[in-house]
Amino acid sequence: MDLFVENLTVTRGGLPVLEGLEFTLRPGGILILRGPNGSGKTTLLRTLAGLQPPLEGSISLEPEAIAYGAHADGLKATLSVEENLHFWASVYGTHDIAPAVEAFNLKGLLNRASQNLSAGQKRRLGLARLLVTGRPIWLLDEPTVSLDVASVALFADAVRAHVAGGGSALIATHIDMGLEAGIFDVSPFRADPNGAPKVATAFDTDFEGAFE
Amino acid sequence: MTNAQRTKQADDRWNWLWEWANPVKFMALSGKVLPFAAAIAALTLVPGVIWGFFFTPEADKFGSSVKIIYVHVPTAMMAINIWVMMLVASLIWIVRRHQVSALAAKAAALIGMVMTLAALFTGAIWGEPMWGTYWAWDPRLTSFLILFLFYLGYMALWGAIENPDTAADLTAVLCIVGSVFALLSRYAVNFWNQGLHQGASLSLDKQENVSDVYWFPLVLTLVGFVALFVLLLLIRTRTEVRLRRLHALETRERMIDA
Amino acid sequence: MIALLIRDLRLAMRAGGGFGLGLAFFLIVTVLVPFGVGPESATLARIAPGILWVGALLACLLSLDRIFQLDYEDGTLDLLATAPLPMEGAVAVKALAHWLVTGLPLTLSAPVFATLLNLPGTGHIWVFVTLLIGTPALSMIGAFGAALTVGLKRGGLLMSLLVLPLYIPTLIFGAEAATRGTEGMANATPLALMAGITAGSIALLPFAAAAAIRVNLR
Repeated sequence: MDLFVENLTVTRGGLPVLEGLEFTLRPGGILILRGPNGSGKTTLLRTLAGLQPPLEGSISLEPEAIAYGAHADGLKATLSVEENLHFWASVYGTHDIAPAVEAFNLKGLLNRASQNLSAGQKRRLGLARLLVTGRPIWLLDEPTVSLDVASVALFADAVRAHVAGGGSALIATHIDMGLEAGIFDVSPFRADPNGAPKVATAFDTDFEGAFE
Repeated sequence: MTNAQRTKQADDRWNWLWEWANPVKFMALSGKVLPFAAAIAALTLVPGVIWGFFFTPEADKFGSSVKIIYVHVPTAMMAINIWVMMLVASLIWIVRRHQVSALAAKAAALIGMVMTLAALFTGAIWGEPMWGTYWAWDPRLTSFLILFLFYLGYMALWGAIENPDTAADLTAVLCIVGSVFALLSRYAVNFWNQGLHQGASLSLDKQENVSDVYWFPLVLTLVGFVALFVLLLLIRTRTEVRLRRLHALETRERMIDA
Repeated sequence: MIALLIRDLRLAMRAGGGFGLGLAFFLIVTVLVPFGVGPESATLARIAPGILWVGALLACLLSLDRIFQLDYEDGTLDLLATAPLPMEGAVAVKALAHWLVTGLPLTLSAPVFATLLNLPGTGHIWVFVTLLIGTPALSMIGAFGAALTVGLKRGGLLMSLLVLPLYIPTLIFGAEAATRGTEGMANATPLALMAGITAGSIALLPFAAAAAIRVNLR
C-alpha cells in the first residue's frame, strides 16, 4: 500500500510548523525522518496517523493501513507483558502474539508485570505491539529511545522483516540503525514564523488591517 | 433551478450574516454598530427605568416592591435567551468553523451569568415582601439556580483550556449537551415541586394580567436590556477577537525564539 | 471491545483502589448523615432514599477521572484512537466498565446501608431498583465529563463542576421514585422518565464524549 503525501501543511498550537511537504512511501520502503528537535516530526507523524487534521494538503492513506508508535508505549503497569500484548492483539483482531514475542525476545518476561520492566524492556514491549497490529505502514516516533545496542539490532531486524513482507515504515530517529533507507529531512519545509504563512488562517494574514 | 443553484442563492442571501464571521470584517462592522446599540440602550433603559420606578402607581397588594419587575423580568428573560444565543453560536462554530461565532459564545457567557445572578437577587428581594422568604425551592427559582451552575461550568471550561481552538470545540460540545440537560432539569424540577411562583402573570403573552400602566415601561426596559446585551456582547467579542489575535502573535513569537 | 472491557475490569481489580474506595466512601457518607441530622429513626427513614441517592452519586463521581486520565497519560488513548475500534464504542465500553466496578456495587450495597438509616422494608427494594436504572446514566454522563477534561492537568475539580449539574435530572427522578415507592405511592412516571434519561444518555453521549476525546488528542 502506497503512502502519498502532497503539499501537506501541519500545525501545532494552531500555527503551521511544516509546510508544503511532499513524499512517497512505497511497499518495501523505509523512510527516515530527520530534522532538529522541535521541527515538527512528531506533529507530522500524528497528522499522518489521523490524530490531528492537516491545515492543507492530502494524505493518500487508509486509516486502516497504519500502525502508530508514539513516544509513550501505552503499557498498563499492572498488566503482565503477555496481557498487554494480548489486549492489543485482540483490539486489532490478530490474536497471535507468538511472532512478536519471538522478534523482541520477550519470552522470559511474559508473566512479569510491566511495571517491573526496565525502560529498555518496556520499549521492546511497546515495539512488539507493532507486530501484533498486522498493519502494513508503520509510523514510528523515536523508536530506539532507551534501547541497548542488542535491542536496536533486534528492532532493525524486525523492521527489515516487516518491509521484506511488503510493509513499509516511516521512522523519526537520530541514530543510524544500519537500515537500507531513504532519508527525508524536514528542515527545508519548516514554516518561517516571521514570513507570511503559505496557508492563511483567519487569525493571521488577513488580520493585519483590523486594528487601524 | 437545480439544487446547486438554489444552495448558491441561499448562500448569497445569507452572505451579510457570514461577513461577520471574518474577524477583520467583524471588527469593522461591529465598530460601526456599537454607537447605535449604545444609543438604543440608553434611550430605552433610562426612561424605562425612571418611568417604571417613579411614575407608576403602587399596587394594592404588593406595594412599591412590584417595581422591581423592571429589572427582574428583563434580566430573567435575558438569562435564558443568552444561553439560547450561546447554543446557536456553538452550533455555528461546530458546523461552519467561524471563529467569531465561538468567541461570541464565550463573550456572552459572562453577561448571561450576571443576568442570571441579577434575576436571582432581584427575585430574592421581591420574594421577601411577597412570600415572606428570600428563597424558596420553587421550580422557577430552582431552574435559575441550575442555569447559573451551567453558566459557571461553561465559563470554567473556557478558562481551563489553553489552546483556543480546543477550548472552543469542547465548550461548544458542553453547551449543546448542557442545553439538553438544562431542559431536562427544568421539567424535572417542575415535577419535583409545584411551586408558589406567580405563574405567567408577568409573561408577555398574558398581558391582560398586567395593566397598561405597568406594561409600557416594562416593554421599554425589555427592549433596553436586549440592546444592552447587544452592546456588551459586541464590546466583549471585540475584546476576545483582540485577545485571540494576541495569542496567535505570542505563539508565533515563541516559535521564533525556539 | 470485549478485550477493552476485560482489560479495564482487570486494571480496576489490580489497582486495588477503584473497586473498594467508592464503596467505602458511600458507607462513610451513610454513617455521617445520622451524626448530622440526629438519630430519630422516623426522620432518617424519611430522608433515607435521598441520602442514599446523593451518597451514591458522590461515590460515583470519585472515580470518574480514572476513566480516561490514566489512558491519556500513558499514551494508550493515542493508540486506541488509531486502532480499528471506533472511539464511540471505546467510550461506551469504558463507561460500562466504570459502572460494573462502581455503579453496580453501589446499587447492590445500597439496600444494606439503607438498614442503617431505618428505611422500611419496601424502601430497600425501591432504592435498589432506582439505583439499578439510574446509575448507568451516572457512569455515562460522567464519562462525558471525563472526556471533556481529559487533557487538563488538574481536571478533577473542574470535572465535578461540569458533571454535577448534568446529574440533576437523574437525581431528582431517581430520589423521587425511591421516596414515592417507599411511601407506597405510584412512582411509574419518575421511573419511566429516569429510564428515559438513562437510555438517551447511553445512546447519544458516546458520540459527544468521543468527539471531545478526539479534540483533546489533537
